[in-house]
Amino acid sequence: MNTMEDLSGSPAFRNVCESLAERFPGRMDDWMMEKGELTVIVPRDDIQEVLRHLKGELGFIALNDMIGLDNMNSTDGRRRFSVLYQLYRFPQPVRIRLRVDIDEGQDLPSCYYLFRSSDWAEREIYDMFGIVFSGHPDLRRIYMPEDFDGHPLRKDFPLEGRNG
Amino acid sequence: MTDTQAAPSYILTKVDSFITWAQKNSLWPFGSGLACCAMEMIATAASHYDIARFGMELFRASPRQADLFIVSGTVTNKMAPVIRRLWEQMPDPKWVIAMGNCAISGGPFPTYSVLQGVDKIIPVDVYISGCPPGPQALLDGLILLQETIAKGHPTSVMFKDR
Repeated sequence: MNTMEDLSGSPAFRNVCESLAERFPGRMDDWMMEKGELTVIVPRDDIQEVLRHLKGELGFIALNDMIGLDNMNSTDGRRRFSVLYQLYRFPQPVRIRLRVDIDEGQDLPSCYYLFRSSDWAEREIYDMFGIVFSGHPDLRRIYMPEDFDGHPLRKDFPLEGRNG
Repeated sequence: MTDTQAAPSYILTKVDSFITWAQKNSLWPFGSGLACCAMEMIATAASHYDIARFGMELFRASPRQADLFIVSGTVTNKMAPVIRRLWEQMPDPKWVIAMGNCAISGGPFPTYSVLQGVDKIIPVDVYISGCPPGPQALLDGLILLQETIAKGHPTSVMFKDR
């Protein structure tokens, strides 16, 4: 378990952690420092509120990127998929990363109306992994043809495709 | 008026030879730059290699004004219907060059997203291998295409028995 003492050298991260712990008591305890950046693991049901809190109260006004991950072959018992949210704050620049783990078939609430930059990012993750973002107004494939069968970045998708 | 009109001149040739001579020496390419092969195609059109020496310098942006389709690069499955349509928009007679390993067979991408050879959707006259083929290879392929055109019999289509 991480402690606040781990963040003693970085007051900005400490403030973010304390604010999240206060707003979401008992649910934001799972966090880590990865490559000099704070990564918080967020329960699926809280993600929209956490994003709203980070944007409205803590000034993280930029969603730089969203990343999908398929953990099918991972050995540490993770859920099937992870979605990462990479947030950035300026003028006091801090980056933080949120991770949401979900099972196959679970959907995620869209943050389209909070961060417009999530529009194509959510469409990409839907296209590549088949993760549905509920509430997205235009969730279509973005890379693959409309009639494409399957979601190619899933680990169980054959590299050559289904049709040969 | 003096009566010193020059004697009329004649050139005797076959109609086939005349037509193919005209066709092969003013190929108007439609360059579809799909990947890195496009860089080599552009270099071929620039002054150092100078494709104008072979009467092909008039790269057209519209397929309706071109008679040579240079498919230079990776054709994805999403792009394939577009390539087919562009080829259909070209007026006859028309020729196709598959430039580079991707256009020939998918090249290094045996994957779900890449068409495994442009000849699955349009007929190809000349294949130029390489990854990417240099301007010399492209010029070599173009000269090969000219030789192929010169051997053609366009009149056999015009005057065939009905």
